[in-house]
Amino acid sequence: MLVEIGHAALWLAAALAILQMVSGALALRDAPGEPSPYALYARPAAVVQALLAAVAFATLLHAFAVTDLSVKLVATNSHSMKPFLYKLTGTWGNHEGSMLLWVTVLALSGGLLAFAERRLPERTMSATLAVQGFVALGFYTFLLLSSNPFERLPGPVAEGIGLNPLLQDIGLAVHPPTLYVGYVGLSVAFSLAMGALITREVNPNFAKVMRPWVLGAWVFLTFGITAGSYWAYYELGWGGWWFWDPVENASLMPWLAATALLHSVSVLAARDALRTWTIMLGVVAFSMSMLGTFLVRSGVLTSVHAFAVDPERGTLLLVLLGLYIGGSLAIFALRASSIAEGKRFTATSREGALVVNNVMLCAILAIVLLGTLYPLLTEAFDVRVSVGPPYFNPASAIFAIPMFMVMAVGPLLRWKDDSPARIGPELALLGAIALVAVALVAFLGDYPVLPTLGLALAAALAVAALLPLKGRRLTRVPTATWGMVMAHFGVAVALFGMASESAFTQERLAAIAPGEIEEISGWTVQLESVDPVSGPNWTAMEARLSVSRDGGEPVILRPQARNFWSPAQATSESSLLTRWDGQLYAVIGDAAGVGADGKLRWQLRVWWKPFVTFIWYGGLLIAFGGVLAIVGRVQVDLRRRKAVRVGAERRDEKAALAGSRPAAPEPAE
Amino acid sequence: MTQASAPMKAKHQRMTLVVLALLAIVAAGLIAVWALRNQANYFYLPEEMAATPPQVGQPVRLGGMVQAGSLETLADGVTVSFVVTGNEASAIPVRYSGILPDLFVEGSGVVAEGSLQQDGTFLATNLLAKHDENYVPKELEGLDGHKAEQKVAETTLGL
Repeated sequence: MLVEIGHAALWLAAALAILQMVSGALALRDAPGEPSPYALYARPAAVVQALLAAVAFATLLHAFAVTDLSVKLVATNSHSMKPFLYKLTGTWGNHEGSMLLWVTVLALSGGLLAFAERRLPERTMSATLAVQGFVALGFYTFLLLSSNPFERLPGPVAEGIGLNPLLQDIGLAVHPPTLYVGYVGLSVAFSLAMGALITREVNPNFAKVMRPWVLGAWVFLTFGITAGSYWAYYELGWGGWWFWDPVENASLMPWLAATALLHSVSVLAARDALRTWTIMLGVVAFSMSMLGTFLVRSGVLTSVHAFAVDPERGTLLLVLLGLYIGGSLAIFALRASSIAEGKRFTATSREGALVVNNVMLCAILAIVLLGTLYPLLTEAFDVRVSVGPPYFNPASAIFAIPMFMVMAVGPLLRWKDDSPARIGPELALLGAIALVAVALVAFLGDYPVLPTLGLALAAALAVAALLPLKGRRLTRVPTATWGMVMAHFGVAVALFGMASESAFTQERLAAIAPGEIEEISGWTVQLESVDPVSGPNWTAMEARLSVSRDGGEPVILRPQARNFWSPAQATSESSLLTRWDGQLYAVIGDAAGVGADGKLRWQLRVWWKPFVTFIWYGGLLIAFGGVLAIVGRVQVDLRRRKAVRVGAERRDEKAALAGSRPAAPEPAE
Repeated sequence: MTQASAPMKAKHQRMTLVVLALLAIVAAGLIAVWALRNQANYFYLPEEMAATPPQVGQPVRLGGMVQAGSLETLADGVTVSFVVTGNEASAIPVRYSGILPDLFVEGSGVVAEGSLQQDGTFLATNLLAKHDENYVPKELEGLDGHKAEQKVAETTLGL
């Protein structure tokens, strides 16, 4: 019964999306400035829609929680013996459920926008809500017509098929929802951009409204990618943290676009420049998150994320993709010329540096996009191609390296116009740090070019990120500036982790019998025993490794080779030992026959990855910087509102004291 | 600041920006196309590797089916050797040191990352086998039919 309520709620939400779209669009027919009778419905429609979508999602969550095996989706993706947490997260560990989550997040953010945003002119808001309703309607259609999560089976089955064991991890609770919030936040930014474009309101006021959405989306994308990378790192047991997998790229591309958008919307808000560019980036960022959804959900690319492959749905998604991207580009082409020129600036100004980095980010985006789509293209000509790190690493580095250099300098420059000579000492300092780092790495050993450059840039960037604080009273630095410093420092930290991991990783692979010892980079690894163990829905061979560093206190690691029985699949559970300067990563393999001494040997693979954790610490710092920036903006906004209110009250008092009638009412905020 | 470097005219500046952006994107596109064309040989089927072998040591991918009965673990316990076959008779011997992927079995598809050695064996640094029942490396789609034929041949030839 609950499931039917959820299904009905989803249909009602779709109907409300139509109302929201029509009401918002009709409101635009009336002349600007006049209150429109139609505009009344758009906001409530969005809010109620959000509630209905939340109800739909909650009912599906409930069906998974109690393992309702009369529901097709539960029967094909869950299992009564699965741990409770994975029953819940399994709700979105499949195509239909994850699309429902996407739509729910979309409806919730649309509802939040409609409920809370009062700063924009009503006309712009109506147009924004109309676009948002249109986007939502497309996804409701997709969900209801081709991927209904609430479909019942003719009769309940005895037991579910279960969830892919690779997904039975806490990572599934974190990674997809955060990424979706990020994707969907970009859809709100897109709707706002379209609304402003349609009603010719592209100005700093609009940028101030758009900025928190972009920042929020970007924080969630950053966090989602970071979490996903760490999940892949420990779960797949390959010791790698980024595979240039098409689906990873699908999340990286919106992030690159959102990073560019975030910086350009800040320029628009603070300096009233880059108007057209910001709108364009808004379109690109949303297009990339749509493309990401298409690539992941349509099954045109196979990848480690192939759990949701479903080719038939691809067509519908492709139509949606074409409709949104084509439509927005058409509006853009029609209205771009109507956007007034923004404020001017020179090449050597902070705006100039931001433009350079925006362009570089777009170039990297183009590189990743082409590399991701190229195999699809050649397949049309029946040529099979793999595109991997040998392409992505150097090609993106060509643009990433200049980007990092400009990023080091940009925050030191003044707005509007500056002379490079003014920051000469800082430039010399940063250059010297980079050169010393290169020399140091070259002295330490013979390492590849890219990691060496990465280490040098990371060192220079780390210092450069802190330079904007120089000569300022730290207690008086605005919160948003702390956010920027934190995020830029995070980039340096992450870059250091990546470069260090690829330059200094040590690996040891051996077949050893219990009692034998392996050595790696100062670590002593002794295989004590290998025993069978079992969990709720798996059995495993568990190795007991006693590891110690430089003869110190031994620590026990327990990597496992697991066998799940529903669905039948083997996974290897790596075991990690984290120290401040790196991670020891151990994986156990198959039995490797009997050794010379007659004892049974086991395959053991151990990595020592110096500073690998910095990759994710950096990612977290970047996301945290974004959070600080949001907090800072909200603080400033609240303070300004308070100032306006107090000012108005004072004027009223003065007017009252003067005995005259108060002046015309102050427009609120 | 001298007059010469004072802010440009707005129209002018917008044009400069657009041109700059377009140049960078076009440059990115050209670099991508150039690099991707070089990459076109990155993936090899066994028959392609036999006909036009890549340079020794060049990182490439080899995709095909693991020939049944060819998988062998060497004395060190961690190095395996096996033979990868494609749609035609060509077979490439592969050597790999490491823990085999969870679903790596004889008779199933594999994509090996690595490079061809002087002696004609393919030294793999990484094996991509299917992760779950539904996953077949994209490059290997369509090879399943061949697998069936081969199965038939194997099971009938001896009779």
